[in-house]
Amino acid sequence: MAETILESQPDLLIDWKKSDRDDGGACDLRTEEMLVNMGPQHPSTHGVLRIVLRTDGELVLEAIPHIGYLHRCAEKIGENLQPFQFVPTTDRLDYLAAMNNNYGFSLAVEKLAGIEVPERARYIRVIMAELSRIASHLVSFGCYGMDLGAFTPFLYAFRERERILDMFEAACGARLTCSYITIGGVTQDLPERFCETVSEFLDYFEPKIDEYNQLLTYNHIFVKRAANVGVISAEDAIRWGLTGPCLRGSGVKFDLRKSLPYDIYSRFDFEVPVGLPGGSDGIPKEVRVGDCWNRYFVRMQEMRQSVRIIRQCLEQMPAGEVKAKLPKTLKLPANEVYFESEGARGQLGFLVVGDGSAIPYRVKVRGPCFCNLSITSHVCREVLLADVPAIIGSIDIVMGEVDR
Amino acid sequence: MIRDSDIVFVDEPRLTAADRLYLPQVVMGLKTTFRHLFKKKVTLQYPEEKRPMRVENYRGVHRLNKDEKGRVACVACFMCETACPAHCIHIEGGEAPWPDREKYPIKFDIDELRCIYCGMCEEACPVDAIELTPEFSIVGLSREEMVFDKEKLLEMFDRTRELKPRKNPVITGYEYNTGGPIPPSDDQTEGLKAPGQPQR
Repeated sequence: MAETILESQPDLLIDWKKSDRDDGGACDLRTEEMLVNMGPQHPSTHGVLRIVLRTDGELVLEAIPHIGYLHRCAEKIGENLQPFQFVPTTDRLDYLAAMNNNYGFSLAVEKLAGIEVPERARYIRVIMAELSRIASHLVSFGCYGMDLGAFTPFLYAFRERERILDMFEAACGARLTCSYITIGGVTQDLPERFCETVSEFLDYFEPKIDEYNQLLTYNHIFVKRAANVGVISAEDAIRWGLTGPCLRGSGVKFDLRKSLPYDIYSRFDFEVPVGLPGGSDGIPKEVRVGDCWNRYFVRMQEMRQSVRIIRQCLEQMPAGEVKAKLPKTLKLPANEVYFESEGARGQLGFLVVGDGSAIPYRVKVRGPCFCNLSITSHVCREVLLADVPAIIGSIDIVMGEVDR
Repeated sequence: MIRDSDIVFVDEPRLTAADRLYLPQVVMGLKTTFRHLFKKKVTLQYPEEKRPMRVENYRGVHRLNKDEKGRVACVACFMCETACPAHCIHIEGGEAPWPDREKYPIKFDIDELRCIYCGMCEEACPVDAIELTPEFSIVGLSREEMVFDKEKLLEMFDRTRELKPRKNPVITGYEYNTGGPIPPSDDQTEGLKAPGQPQR
């Protein structure tokens, strides 16, 4: 059938590629540009992100992210509540790493009010923040696989995340919106056998990272999709204000826990993984520094470092109080404090301005996802349509934090 | 707009027959998957099977505790209402019909839809009257139904009493705090239906 049509219409037999080469592109096959809405309800936009794509055939000429679908006035809420009451709202910013948000906000308020946190609480907080980071990176890893068409890693990631959430539940009674870390310490002491459970989990979890690498990281199909796609140079990454794994994936060795150690992070021995060029240390040769694969791989390596930090925490953790003695209504001094901590997705900053009363005058959140997302329009330029989910997935955004 | 002269034609990379099938890659990926076929299942058949949970501090639906005489333990001090970041607790206090405390709640409503289950009410309560239970699956057909009043919250205590006994039954009224004896109530059996409580 097909053959007969071609024979009857010899025009169709023209080798377009060849003729284009011959006449220098004078024979144009014009295609119209098309605006395509990706999202806000799209499985690979990680929430309610809408991206307007200007496409020319299969090519994306421009991608403009539109945000605001999940805006809940979190900052305004912070200006109407006492700091300890705002902690549950911080859970709902980056809901995949709620503990990191609690931690960042608590540190900011403690710095403003000059609160001394008991030693045991400090260690508990670091353990929780790092567990939360692992849980968040697991979701990121699983979903990234799913974005690129591999369903199974997602289930593996959630299997391990489940155990972390169980530990959170045992410690504070909630799995996702923990509100465990609060101003002046943590809400309650760890349950019995918690340290043993964490230790067992770490022993179980560490070899699993190799399994993930075998399952997805070095998989040829995955490497083909992620390597050398969406390359962000180190200069661009700094210029656009990227932080966290996105910045480190571009080869910039900057982690607040190491560069400007806050709280007790200076006591731990760990490394800061950065993006690596292909061909070295068993890394596939297609890989380039700053591409999607490296951003993804930095997260995988960060999980290992988090495991190291938690192990050291468990060893060093002293007994004692878990919450500082605070007055019933904590009066904030008339001053302002901006504090950045290293969240799971980058630098999470909180600006808290006090005016002498118990309720802050202003609360501002610097969400890492918001800044990281801004580079989308720059990276998604003249890439293939199929690469857009790969790029957005590798930036690892949580819309709760982008919109706040 | 991309001009035709910008288009670069790339020859397809020469793949071996094995590469073109992607079969070795698929098998490599599936190897781990198949290994798990013979391992213990990690999933649960939820409504039939329930996973173990730590009931002591799970943050589920609220309950209002009763003291050993079956009266509501709350002394209407409004601490929980003040601490609540979601403003979902509404209390109306009245003079207590019992001699061991001054006030008791005439009305005690918690909007379970508005609540964010942060546990701050439990933390704020000076007499351990309000507690969060391990109950997490409540359903209702209307919003009004999900605003739990005093009766419903006390009923929740009866439902979860065995699962999670009251943390500290010693603290109830003011007399208990000072370590004094429990004064006998006028009517030992009256319990909840105290005089002065408006009928609804």
